[in-house]
Amino acid sequence: MTSENTISRRGLFMKLGILFNGLVATALTVPIVRFLLSSVTRGRASAYLSWVPLGRVSEFPEGETRLATFTNPYVTPTDGKTAETACWVRRVEGEQFQVFAINCAHLGCPVRWFAQSGLFMCPCHGGAYYRDGSRASGPPERGLFEYPYKVQDGLVTIQAGELPTPGSPTASLFGNKAPCAARNELVSIESKLSASSETNALLRKTKTWA
Amino acid sequence: MGVIGQIGQWFDQRLQLAAPIRDAAEHPVPRNTASWFYVFGSAALTVFLLQLVTGILLALIYVPSASEAWSSLQALNHDVTLGWFIRAMHGWGSNFMVAIVLIHMVQVFLFGAYKFPRELTWIVGVFLLLMTLGMAFSGQVLRFDQDAYWGLGIGASIASRVPIAGPIIVKLMLGGPIIAGATLSRFFALHVFVIPGMLIGFVCLHLLMVLKLGINEWPMPGRLVKRATYENEYHQLTRKDGAPFVPYAAWKDLFFAAFILLAVAACALYFGPFGPTGRPDPTIIQTAPKPDYFFLWLYGLLSYLPPAMETPALLIGPVVVIAFLVLLPFLSGEGEKSWRRRPIAVLTVLLIAIILGTLTHLAGYTPWSPHMNAWSGDPVPDKFLHGSTALQRQGALVFQGKQCRNCHSIGESGGQRGPALDSVAVRLTQDQLIRQVIQGGGNMPAYGKNLSPAETTALVAFLETLHPAGQAPARDAARDMVLRESGTHQ
Repeated sequence: MTSENTISRRGLFMKLGILFNGLVATALTVPIVRFLLSSVTRGRASAYLSWVPLGRVSEFPEGETRLATFTNPYVTPTDGKTAETACWVRRVEGEQFQVFAINCAHLGCPVRWFAQSGLFMCPCHGGAYYRDGSRASGPPERGLFEYPYKVQDGLVTIQAGELPTPGSPTASLFGNKAPCAARNELVSIESKLSASSETNALLRKTKTWA
Repeated sequence: MGVIGQIGQWFDQRLQLAAPIRDAAEHPVPRNTASWFYVFGSAALTVFLLQLVTGILLALIYVPSASEAWSSLQALNHDVTLGWFIRAMHGWGSNFMVAIVLIHMVQVFLFGAYKFPRELTWIVGVFLLLMTLGMAFSGQVLRFDQDAYWGLGIGASIASRVPIAGPIIVKLMLGGPIIAGATLSRFFALHVFVIPGMLIGFVCLHLLMVLKLGINEWPMPGRLVKRATYENEYHQLTRKDGAPFVPYAAWKDLFFAAFILLAVAACALYFGPFGPTGRPDPTIIQTAPKPDYFFLWLYGLLSYLPPAMETPALLIGPVVVIAFLVLLPFLSGEGEKSWRRRPIAVLTVLLIAIILGTLTHLAGYTPWSPHMNAWSGDPVPDKFLHGSTALQRQGALVFQGKQCRNCHSIGESGGQRGPALDSVAVRLTQDQLIRQVIQGGGNMPAYGKNLSPAETTALVAFLETLHPAGQAPARDAARDMVLRESGTHQ
């Protein structure tokens, strides 16, 4: 019989058995956890990102914003249409572009471009952005996500591959706009305001004549 | 003994289950718990079983692949005999399950059933609620359409805001860098294996505790729960005024279960299955994604929170709510059970119900979203142009063409993001209108860059006509004075 200080043969085997199972379980945990984390570890050092072509420069008229689509660089066999991604390409002038992610910087809904008012509007919570992607109004805290781009052999290519989200490390790569309109926007508004005082005077005159 | 009895005995000799089942069925419950208020727990279980059965049936056809899921849902809706009905039952079953679990929770809360010794039953119940919501969200993802696709984007955007771990959580959630095949596969695993497995385990625990601890007696105002005496009092109650659960109370559960199943089937027959909406093609951006009914309130909340509040509210809010629910039985584990003497409890339930109801109602017509097609679809009503000058008409064109209508309504058509402009001229003077249009402000973008001075002039001339008949437009009195003094005013 066991006393307080001794341990029986079976008791020892029982403990050894538990220890053995613990060791095996720990050993098996390593591959299981590595398997579960594969979607994270694979993407380290921006391995998901690569340069993808959007089209020839000539397909994007100067001063206009057009929808473009590209196939995600990292594709699995069951992706189907979800491997495709849309983005907004703004050709400022010459080879100067801005390529915006389709996802609203608020919660990722697809923003739409309205050329007439020069605004991107989001259908979900009413976020709005100016033509240069800076925040105009609504719940977003920042401007639209911007893909890094380069023009190579007449092709517009962007660095893409990850869903842009407000917290992703690539979000800073996508350019972080000040929460309110960018400085140049403000300057231009100020100049417009002084123009408006002329308008004002003109209006006043019209009224006076009437 | 008949043949059937002999067969039964043969099995029971080996299984030895008849006695414990009889004990469980006939355990005495307080007589006054045989009430229609006590049927929601068993109804939740009934709908859960319905979900298991219809879910397995759907899995016979459904293909959990991003490239095929949508087509397999179409096949279920249109090709497979009564596939639409099974889909509709599963979809409506999901709505009913969330609703019944919430009603059950409110009843348990108001009847003080979470108090000693049923604290753990309540805590397990809180996790059952979370799992039910988890099933509802993952089920919405499996209905792999545009709403599911962009709903995942919303989920990812919320998850990404977690400090430091955000990006890792997003990749774990999506199974890769984007919403794609791996995302659907893991939500399939969650919806079909992981969460239902946990649900079954937790439901068994929940039921076991209900059996072991007894059904909560009908709360009497003034009969206080004390840890030292409660169990004794409960046993005395069941001994003195108890009745066997079967058949005394169980018949109501049976009737209500059948009624709920009928109600689910009736909704399924009448309203049909949910979706799928458009194909989950991320290049089709003409879509306004919306979550399912039970997440609409969250959708509404997210558009009303000030931007700076949003991340803290999204990350801290759920933790606080869950912590409060889990800690509730420890914060008030003793004392009064009856809702008649717990006004704060009643008010809390009412307040939460009103908040959730209002947000859900608002999310039904999303006044915060621009109407994307209003500028081309809702013309300026005739009455606003009657007798107007050429300049004002030009302004109406600018108003339409520059998509002002997407956010502003006149004549009750157009967006509701900004204020209705039917009487804007009464609120703002000419100068204020010009400033607002060019500079924006409040929640309005600045249009300075997109309007020429001529367009601004015309637009403001039109806006100045928008005032009710017989009510003069707002005027800058000081300016009038200056003009009069300088002798230019006629």
